[in-house]
Amino acid sequence: MKPDKALIFELSRPGRAAYSLPECDVPELCADSVIPAGLLRAKPAELPEVYEVDVIRHYTELSRRNFGVDNGFYPLGSCTMKYNPKLNEDVARFPGFAKLHPYQPESSVQGALELLHTLQSDLAALTGMDGVTLQPAAGAHGEWTGLMLIRAYHESRGERRTKVIVPDSSHGTNPASAAVAGFETVTLKSDERGMVDLEALKAAVGDDTAALMLTNPSTLGLFEERIVEIADIVHEAGGLLYYDGANSNAIMGIARPGDMGFDVVHLNLHKTMSTPHGGGGPGAGPVGVKSKLLPFLPVPTVGRRADGAYFWDGDRPQSIGRVKAYCGNFGILVRAYAYIRTYGPEGLRRVSECAVLNANYMMRRLAPYYDVAFPGVCKHEFVLSGKRLKAFGVRTLDVAKRLLDFGYHPPTIYFPLNVEESMMIEPTETESKETLDAFIDAMIRIAEEAETDPQLVLNAPYTTVVKRLDEATAARKPVLNCSCG
Amino acid sequence: MSEIREGLAYSREHEWAEKRGERIVRVGITDYAQSLLGDIVFVELPEPGTQVSAGDSVGSIESVKTVSELYSPVGGTVTAVNESLVDSPELVNGEPYDSGWMIEVELGGDAEEAFKGLLTAEGYREHLA
Repeated sequence: MKPDKALIFELSRPGRAAYSLPECDVPELCADSVIPAGLLRAKPAELPEVYEVDVIRHYTELSRRNFGVDNGFYPLGSCTMKYNPKLNEDVARFPGFAKLHPYQPESSVQGALELLHTLQSDLAALTGMDGVTLQPAAGAHGEWTGLMLIRAYHESRGERRTKVIVPDSSHGTNPASAAVAGFETVTLKSDERGMVDLEALKAAVGDDTAALMLTNPSTLGLFEERIVEIADIVHEAGGLLYYDGANSNAIMGIARPGDMGFDVVHLNLHKTMSTPHGGGGPGAGPVGVKSKLLPFLPVPTVGRRADGAYFWDGDRPQSIGRVKAYCGNFGILVRAYAYIRTYGPEGLRRVSECAVLNANYMMRRLAPYYDVAFPGVCKHEFVLSGKRLKAFGVRTLDVAKRLLDFGYHPPTIYFPLNVEESMMIEPTETESKETLDAFIDAMIRIAEEAETDPQLVLNAPYTTVVKRLDEATAARKPVLNCSCG
Repeated sequence: MSEIREGLAYSREHEWAEKRGERIVRVGITDYAQSLLGDIVFVELPEPGTQVSAGDSVGSIESVKTVSELYSPVGGTVTAVNESLVDSPELVNGEPYDSGWMIEVELGGDAEEAFKGLLTAEGYREHLA
């Protein structure tokens, strides 16, 4: 095995060390004199013994294999993998933000509290809501928090509502969040245009309906045109409307969930508002609510006294409680604040306009070569079908693998499920026309290769560290440990 | 082109049902369904003895692309499941109508009634068109 593919454990040599510790200047204690024997390991941990330079080279090499927005175009539909301005990284690292302790007295963290208070009102204004909690740490955490708020609201009215309705075009985490929050999910099929089927919705709602969860624009990149009628149907049945903000990059400053009739909304700050996304966090999924749900918000929120001072407001007797330690992931909230303040209302509107324009431009240019799944204008993302390539034995998976050779992260594939051989492309607003054109040209070339030299596409990728993986065997007979040595 | 086997009954959700004897119906997914799912890596089936109604979800089929539900096209009691799919889920890709079968159901009601809502091979062909 070449050294650059070795595990750090395989580089280990007995006795090799990166650093020699200075002589201990405090009395040495044996571990077993201070820790109960049952809690001590019997033999030393098998940590790799390596030089400092081995560590640096090994991890630098691994980091170069990463693909991120900072090294290339990443049009992963439904994920909003956009460029995050480095300015906001600087702001989040200001010592006045980065070196605070959450238990500092309020009087010594007025600036940070003001930032949180302003962000609460900015997000409420952007979504058309009456109050916001900044605690949830991610989108799905926001969904769960929102559903717990909905449950608390119904229970406070003496109603027991057990069902959450989820369209089949909704964000994939919705049914999972509903299940974790203790609800039964009811799936609603989309109509042939990819919209919520109003008749099916009317048949599905009842006095056991707690909420309808909806992403608008939907995961298909389509705006639910009849959203007000949808809201009326759910409200008339006594249910509430939950807005999944996964796709809010398409509507900032243009449309507000609160005006559409939604009662609860979460936003993914790590998608839309300047936090690098895709490495597993940290994220932030603030939740906004209409006034009737304010009594149930998690405590504390940030309040402001008559004298102008900011404080942790824990006075909310009907609160569902705390959903995250302290105030949420503060560094992410700082980035979002800096992002909103940098752009301002007009700038945020331009962000969404350009995200939608870029998606429509790409969709139009690719339409002669791939099938556009839904006609008309799309929002910030669009769905193509690779079904016409099946005639040459080439599938969407092969197109995705071939894109790696051109230096792109592939789009989302095989989602949404209701489109055959689907590809879901979200360019975001942060890419230049040249980048969009280069990606489009690669997609067109792959469509041509599929026809003239399908084997070339079927064997891709050629330029990556590992070539085509056998995904079926990996899933059927997974090997989950590494035998080193 | 996907195979649609003559003599079987089909659901719109891409299951097939085959009458085996008076009361027993064998159920699987169609060739079209397996080709859409791609390489199948895991099949979760119900316990024998489970009561099902027509259209109920009775298990799930996981492929490299997605997880999809298995619906029983008929109602009754599950009497047998294809244990060989536990170790060899690829049988569903290779022989969806034969060794890739999924469950057997003993009909709860009238046999003719149970098949009434299902499609013929011809009807399923039109459904796919």
